[in-house]
Amino acid sequence: MLLRHICDGTPDIFSEAKCVRGILPRRSGRSDSHTMNVKKRLLDGARMHRAIRRMAIEIVEKNRGITDLIIVGIRSRGVPIGERLAKEIEEMEGHPVPFGILDITLYRDDLTTIAPQPVVKPTKLPEPIDDKVVVLVDDVLYTGRTVRAALDALIDFGRPRAVMLAVLIDRGHRELPIHADVIGKTVPTDADEVIKVRMAELDDEDEVLIMEK
Amino acid sequence: MRTQTSSLRSKDLLGIEHLTPEEITLILDTAEGFKEVSERPVKKVPALRGQLVINLFMEASTRTRVSFEIAEKRLSADTLNFTASGSSVEKGETLIDTAENLMAMAPDMIVIRHKYPGAPKMLADRLPASIINAGDGAHEHPTQALLDAFTIRERLGRLHGVNVSIIGDIAHSRVVRSNIHLLTKMKANVTVAGPPTLIPVEIEKLGVRVLHSIDEAIDGADVIMMLRIQLERQGKLRFPSLREYYNTFGLTPQRLRRAKEGVIVMHPGPMNRGVEIASDVADGPWSVILDQVTNGVAVRMAVLYLLGGAHRE
Repeated sequence: MLLRHICDGTPDIFSEAKCVRGILPRRSGRSDSHTMNVKKRLLDGARMHRAIRRMAIEIVEKNRGITDLIIVGIRSRGVPIGERLAKEIEEMEGHPVPFGILDITLYRDDLTTIAPQPVVKPTKLPEPIDDKVVVLVDDVLYTGRTVRAALDALIDFGRPRAVMLAVLIDRGHRELPIHADVIGKTVPTDADEVIKVRMAELDDEDEVLIMEK
Repeated sequence: MRTQTSSLRSKDLLGIEHLTPEEITLILDTAEGFKEVSERPVKKVPALRGQLVINLFMEASTRTRVSFEIAEKRLSADTLNFTASGSSVEKGETLIDTAENLMAMAPDMIVIRHKYPGAPKMLADRLPASIINAGDGAHEHPTQALLDAFTIRERLGRLHGVNVSIIGDIAHSRVVRSNIHLLTKMKANVTVAGPPTLIPVEIEKLGVRVLHSIDEAIDGADVIMMLRIQLERQGKLRFPSLREYYNTFGLTPQRLRRAKEGVIVMHPGPMNRGVEIASDVADGPWSVILDQVTNGVAVRMAVLYLLGGAHRE
């Protein structure tokens, strides 16, 4: 129960993963965001919308179009961001872009050390990913461990021609050699801060907050 | 968002009787995630990598053992199969000695089927590994009830208020015990039907309606669950003949024609065609019997996954 209610009171393991301090022993030093203060509002709804629109443009630019493109959101917050990117790209290019959902729970590197087990949900990919360009989408890039798990999960579905990573927030503190190709906003953070992304689809409102103890 | 429990309270799955509705829902929801794994090109995820699961089958089983083994392999667990025949059991070793010797090899989970009710509990009380009951005598068969519930929910969209008629050898069936516990906890309406010699006295105390006519049991049912006549557990036949049983309690297309529109027919297997169920029904459009088998793997993956984290505290 604890595991799922740390960051924002919603059953979302992935935001939680991002709010745990990477340098502390895992599963210790967790802090309840209800007892944390908002330090700064990084993005409001309008600025988030502009950031996502710019990310959509960058994705299309980097791929010189939308041929073979598949947008894949990582559960949970990567899903609404990915859906919005797909919608923006469709509006720009006049063609729909396939959109899928990736659940990385079973590929986490901490499954053997955490209890209780995180909730598993289905992965839904719209079509085979062989020889396609897959754009992985997540809300916050932090240690890079979520993305590592996502890459492993994705490879089990086929062999994409290329995989790109698009994140709304890059907050630094990587523990693995992973970088994002498309970034909504880069934010230098302290390790004891928590980035809280709220999306209207899941949390009633669009905003990104920096929280601190 | 619906309130959810995120873990099972016990390290073991010994039966449905002590699960809460929230735990049942958790297992069924988790199984949905795992069903998708079996449809992938690479049907394997690394969730239980490095964990050892021992399948201790002291009683005949094909479907359940194979289903567990597939589930374990799809979760990347290492598996070891141990059957009574050709083992030290034949040399007179007790169950506890067998289990303690296996335990010395440090398995994380033991899946056990045994002809004696309570054998899994005895192991669970003594061993640190997670014990999963794969059927103990006429007591419980929890994963079967879970996969039945998963199949009903998949087909009808809910369990609450669904009318389920379980017909056949109620007395010797562990499947029916687990199913009654599960379905009544989930607020389904359960009817059991069969000849009086195959229905335990006072079973209505479990919250089920008892009938002695298959036609009455079919009337209004959303789900018809046929049970095998367990000749091996009966000792002597509890009815005049198999042919008479088929005529009185067999599920035939003629009988099914009077059933509710959209009714589904289930059977935990193995089927005795022409005894409790007609071939035309078993292979007909009402039948979800093979869906049950497919869903069994997903449900067992969910159970293994959820228990896999239980003892790591």
